[in-house]
Amino acid sequence: MSIIYFLIGCSILLALVFLGAFFWAQRNGQNEDLYTPSVRILLDDEPSDENKK
Amino acid sequence: MAVNISAPTTCYHCGNDCEKDHYVLDNKDFCCVGCKGVYQVLANSGLCNYYSYNAHPGATLKSTEKRFEYLDDPSIINDLVDFTDDTITIVTLYIPYIHCSSCIWLLEKLNRFNPAIYYSRIDFLKKQVNIRFNNREIGLRQVVELLTDIGYEPLINLQDVIKKQQTGKGDNLVKKIAVAGFCFGNVMLLSFPEYLGLSAYEQTFRHFFGWVNVMFSLPVVFYSGREYFMSAYKNLRNRVLNIDFPLALGIAVLFLRTLAEVFTHSGAGFADTLCGLVFFLLVGKFVQQKTYYHISFERDYRSFFPVAVQAIENGVEKPLPLSELNVGQRIRIRNNEIIPADAILLKGDARIDFSFVTGESVPVKKVWGEVVYAGGRQTGEAIELEVIKPVSQSYLTRLWNNEAFTRVQDNRMQTFNQKVSRYFTIVLLVIAFGSLLFWLPGDVYLAFSAFTAVLIVACPCALALSTPFTMSAALGVFDRNFFYLKNAAVVEQMAAIDTIVLDKTGTITVGGENGISKKALLDNYQQQLVYSICRNSAHPLSVQICNYLHSSKQLPVTDYLELAGKGICATVDGHLVKVGSQSFLTGGANIAAATEVHVMIDETYAGYFGFTNKYRDGLEAITKLGTDYKLYLLSGDQDHEREALRPYFKDDGYMLFNRSPQQKLDFVKSLQLAGKKVMMIGDGLNDSGALKQSDLGIAITDNVNNFSPGSDAILDGRSLKLLPVFLKFSRDSITIIYISFCISLCYNLFGLSYAVTGNLSPLLAAILMPLSTATIISFTSIAAHLAAKKRKLR
Repeated sequence: MSIIYFLIGCSILLALVFLGAFFWAQRNGQNEDLYTPSVRILLDDEPSDENKK
Repeated sequence: MAVNISAPTTCYHCGNDCEKDHYVLDNKDFCCVGCKGVYQVLANSGLCNYYSYNAHPGATLKSTEKRFEYLDDPSIINDLVDFTDDTITIVTLYIPYIHCSSCIWLLEKLNRFNPAIYYSRIDFLKKQVNIRFNNREIGLRQVVELLTDIGYEPLINLQDVIKKQQTGKGDNLVKKIAVAGFCFGNVMLLSFPEYLGLSAYEQTFRHFFGWVNVMFSLPVVFYSGREYFMSAYKNLRNRVLNIDFPLALGIAVLFLRTLAEVFTHSGAGFADTLCGLVFFLLVGKFVQQKTYYHISFERDYRSFFPVAVQAIENGVEKPLPLSELNVGQRIRIRNNEIIPADAILLKGDARIDFSFVTGESVPVKKVWGEVVYAGGRQTGEAIELEVIKPVSQSYLTRLWNNEAFTRVQDNRMQTFNQKVSRYFTIVLLVIAFGSLLFWLPGDVYLAFSAFTAVLIVACPCALALSTPFTMSAALGVFDRNFFYLKNAAVVEQMAAIDTIVLDKTGTITVGGENGISKKALLDNYQQQLVYSICRNSAHPLSVQICNYLHSSKQLPVTDYLELAGKGICATVDGHLVKVGSQSFLTGGANIAAATEVHVMIDETYAGYFGFTNKYRDGLEAITKLGTDYKLYLLSGDQDHEREALRPYFKDDGYMLFNRSPQQKLDFVKSLQLAGKKVMMIGDGLNDSGALKQSDLGIAITDNVNNFSPGSDAILDGRSLKLLPVFLKFSRDSITIIYISFCISLCYNLFGLSYAVTGNLSPLLAAILMPLSTATIISFTSIAAHLAAKKRKLR
């Protein structure tokens, strides 16, 4: 059962990596604007419906 | 390329109705040169897809004049940009017009207009664009001019320059929540074996889990929860018992008992409850701190001053930053520009609109040599002035910095939370020490376990969360109805209001716009005569008549003469036309109370145009409040509208005219001294003192991005009629807080019944705390939405 010590160590390490990733994203400003990307992704690069009309 | 088309059409660019003579390009209709110009710019760059995402996404260009010379000045550029080196400049500009996906699409393609702009990114909610450009090939001025060309004029003012330093505050809280959440999750995982029961030979695991839990509690207590200790300590020193004290006590006791139990191997400790408590508390705090990025409540006079003025030195005009403007300098103020400092008029026809300062919207005429006070807006031709006082000493600035106006509010009402938590803390301490003393003679261990258990289980987590969650739900409801509150505490203040004070100009009347009625029998030709003569005058009444008689044809005008304060006369197409006040035309006295403009053609009286103030459509609904609230009118204007307004207010005692900003403030103060809770609704700088003094200051505006004085709430003019509903809803919210307080008390009592016997198991605490929190959060949000539905709010 002493494998549990190792497993818990791994899980905490992994969780710490995710916490670090969150801090990095926060510092990087990824959470500053949570709205615009949702609109931006709907805009095509070059919509061609101008010709189809 | 003016073409006549009979069918009514809308502008391809902005969606406004087009006049008979409008512009056509590429088979598309445009209402004005501005719209056509934007289309041309876009077409030349192959960006017409702008129009395919939304119908009519553009804005009407009000003026094609550009006034960005000051953006060539290196010191101003340095103040505005975020970063610059010898090749790259990064700048963030605020563009109020950003409103749809087309805006995002177009503004992120600035590179197509000019390759020297490397990058542009929109923050839609903040209405900001972040631009990175090569400063060797293109200057800041050209960038701003490009934005203006495509219909997105940035708003640049002094406050932009100042607000730089105020970022990164909420960021810290998010980090604390992240740490607390991380520890909470891990501790829950490690506590599970304890909940399910560990057999005798697994005791080593138990100790191991216990120590790991203590390790996880350390950052929660000393990093995430530190604020509660500091706040509790500060309040204790000020001899105030607020809710942070029992919270800090709970956190401390949880931590110490966990430490003791783990150290002595006597139990599993309460690390799970501790981490959960701090995590939920911080989430509640985060919800409470919800702010609006696009609305500023702390605006001051600087935000409506320009960044620079045109100074004249040795006959040459050059832009000068306001901070460098000195006494004795000559400045040039053009149409619609604001006079930044007290000055003497040297040249030109000054017609100053002081509505920001006094509330009076009719422009004041100034003659050569007269002193013009800061804060006025010139309407008409450009004027030249000599500065007699620096900006910091000018009338407007002094008014703003008036001690009474800037005084920190300390007479605000106590919130429900503050009132309750004092008694709560006392009762809690009595029970805790009571159980300690009760068990102490028999069993010291049991006594301390009961004492700590009481402090743990009664920790007012649910109580601390009930207010933020109810208020944030209420704030969301108000927000959807165009009523923006500064913070959650405002809802409570609103529920306690019993007196409402209304400003007149701009608040119950629609700013600057009058209802115009024609009391004259003019045939088509005569209308053209009047239109033609009025076209020559810049007087606001003339402009309104022109707008009213809109589509008339322009006739040749000769011998034009304008007499200030009287009227205009001229020979139009061979006819002598006089337009002006009654005394000007007939020689008699002015008898009418309302504003009237009379017309005389070839010495024959032809009738008049009547102007009445147009009231906002919410006025009826508001005056119905008169039964439950005391309703006052407080105006800076003359009392010529007393008769028109009498039906809306009880009697003349409730209508006060001719009040200066200071008198308005004093009036609100006198009401407060009489024990009233006053809500002030105003719009201009002249109300700002009263807004600050009142228990709840609401600034009303037609465009939330425009200037509004510092206030607790900003109300969109369209929603004024909903004000009675808002007031009722705020009371509903308070009721919800009361009920959720009772719910949380029930949980507390249930937990206490176990705690006083000293038999609180960690499992029970770990279940009770999140359960009560979840109940409170779901109850408050559901109840708030039901209440909004009941009040028929969106």
